[in-house]
Amino acid sequence: MMSSNTTKSSTLRPLGIRKGQVELSHGSGGRAMAQLIEELFCTAFANEYLAQGNDGAVLPVPQGGRMVVTTDAHVVSPLFFPGGDIGSLSVHGTINDLSVMGARPLWLAASFILEEGLPLADLQRIVDSMADAARAAGVSIVTGDTKVVERGKGDGVFITTTGVGVVADDLELGGDRAKPGDAILLSGTIGDHGMAVMSQRENLAFDAPIESDTAALHGLVADMLASGADIHVMRDPTRGGLATTLNEIAKQSNVGMILEEASIPLRPAVAAACEFLGFDPLYIANEGKLVAICAESDAARLLAAMRAHPLGRESALIGSVQADPHRFVQLKTRFGGCRIADWLSGEQLPRIC
Amino acid sequence: MKYADEFRDGKLAQNIARAIAREAGTGRSYSFMEFCGGHTHAISRYGVADLLPPNVRMIHGPGCPVCVLPVGRIDLAIKLALERGVILCSYGDPLRVPASGGLSLLKARARGGDIRMVYSATDALSIARANPGREIVFLAIGFETTTPPTALLIKQASAEGLNNLSVLCNHVLTPPAITHILQAPEVREYGTVPIDGFIGPAHVSAVIGSRPYEYFAEEYRKPVVISGFEPLDVMQGVLMLVRQVNAGRAEVENEYSRAVTRDGNRKAQALVAELFELRRTFEWRGLGEVPYSALKIRAEYAAFDAECRYDLRYVPAPDNKACECGAILRGVRKPADCRLFGTVCTPENPVGSCMVSSEGACAAHYTYGRFRDLAASAMP
Repeated sequence: MMSSNTTKSSTLRPLGIRKGQVELSHGSGGRAMAQLIEELFCTAFANEYLAQGNDGAVLPVPQGGRMVVTTDAHVVSPLFFPGGDIGSLSVHGTINDLSVMGARPLWLAASFILEEGLPLADLQRIVDSMADAARAAGVSIVTGDTKVVERGKGDGVFITTTGVGVVADDLELGGDRAKPGDAILLSGTIGDHGMAVMSQRENLAFDAPIESDTAALHGLVADMLASGADIHVMRDPTRGGLATTLNEIAKQSNVGMILEEASIPLRPAVAAACEFLGFDPLYIANEGKLVAICAESDAARLLAAMRAHPLGRESALIGSVQADPHRFVQLKTRFGGCRIADWLSGEQLPRIC
Repeated sequence: MKYADEFRDGKLAQNIARAIAREAGTGRSYSFMEFCGGHTHAISRYGVADLLPPNVRMIHGPGCPVCVLPVGRIDLAIKLALERGVILCSYGDPLRVPASGGLSLLKARARGGDIRMVYSATDALSIARANPGREIVFLAIGFETTTPPTALLIKQASAEGLNNLSVLCNHVLTPPAITHILQAPEVREYGTVPIDGFIGPAHVSAVIGSRPYEYFAEEYRKPVVISGFEPLDVMQGVLMLVRQVNAGRAEVENEYSRAVTRDGNRKAQALVAELFELRRTFEWRGLGEVPYSALKIRAEYAAFDAECRYDLRYVPAPDNKACECGAILRGVRKPADCRLFGTVCTPENPVGSCMVSSEGACAAHYTYGRFRDLAASAMP
């Protein structure tokens, strides 16, 4: 539990963020841990609920609507990548899971597993980045936890965030609500996050002007809901990429889908990096995109609302939902043929030739 | 994406498709084998089959290096990682291949084996330099395309005097495999598999040139068109094959002239000849023993040959009896004809070699084309 009311002991030296490293004592429950929590976490995240300093945050029950809770563990290597870092990612990821449920995000809880030896300066950067992301999204990090594992037993830092939001009583969204005839919309280019991270891997580092798309989507979602369009499903295509997300929805809704490859937005640099490594961008992770499935008659209205938002400027209508007992997600290729865009099988591995 | 999109142009594809339909409208049927997994992948991923008339059939050949690698060879690599404690470096594709005892390289890694994915053979050099106290083994696999990089790796290691690096060599050769298919009784005697011509390898031919195929064209009277891996290359290759068949010609033609010459890359050929020699025979998964179809490291470089260094003994591991991969690789059967296809044998749980890599005939069909087997499925 993060507590900020521990009295600072005069025998403790300052945390030494510039040169210091995470030590096992930072997770042992003693003074060192209290100091780390107070000087680093509580300072960055400061808010009235965290300041309660108890084993849990006591929160007001929102008036009206229903609560939505989600949790997401974040592991990424490297910790810092073009366009973001594990800190902002851990805030955006959970906010987006709430957002695509139609919920307004309110509070986050954050749990850290730190690896012994992690530079405190890196931790500070990550925590600051989380605080900035949460502030920008109008969400408070109200409680948390810190554990330290021995060197070699973690990958720098793992962050789990749990989010609480509130969704209107009359809004029903879910992966099982796609209907034949519905339109499938995508809020922008695919594969940016995955390839931005990939471009920084130490055995692979290549120079590519690719930035992660990590972003909080609740503003975009609010505008989409305000458009009045009859939205049936929203989901953020993170791990497994667009194809995997659509297959999940097809399975849940017991429908098929047909996509137009040419209409799926893709940056040339991402396309080139995927080509180079033998990856299919349909399976590469996104962290600031969503898929929306709506009644066909509302597609134009919804698309206009999405394109009017800064995070949805490149939104596109990418396909439609079909009646199909086999629940195939099919892709009409740019080339003029047709194929399945199947579930991702195992990990995407580069092909040999 | 420049230099790639030009070869994926939908409008041009329609033009070639019309030309193929017109010229193949002779009342006969045409069966062409694309040897390479790269072609199989392109055909499946871009939906090329939809652009071909029904009387033009593509047979997926055995040119997928991961698919034809026998399980026993992967077993050797796993053994090195788990029992000898070496750092085993491998390309990405082979990591998933199921091996004996329910293992794969990925599963062996989960059991503590130090197995690392590399993007090029020379990555193994850096790992060897950085870990002087460890032994490093590079799992070398692939056709003539990936052999020169392995040769370069050994040569460089030898020049640097690196004594902690060796290579488990599984490099195989294209021409003997094509001969093997053409000599199969189904093709030669019974005529149950009418192979009317070959789409010849792209990258392989950039190394070995187009000359080695002249023998097949002449001896077996089969036209060969060497084609690039882009979908328009494949379409153009099919058109050229149809024209050869119609004219009664059996020649080697080169559609991929932007990369392939008659002589190929002489420098690479010389390097390979310096480092490797022919194995008398080698087991291909799905095809069985194929004479003079693989390479081993020459005795002068035995210090870099993991088979010598660790005194490895190859133990064959039989495939599932119901698996039809052998027949599929020879064009005798289609993936959907196999009882295991899509039931117990899927990309998540591959039983046979053709399901192992995305370039394999079964995996490509399962991943991209299985909706065609199901008439009930909604078609666009």
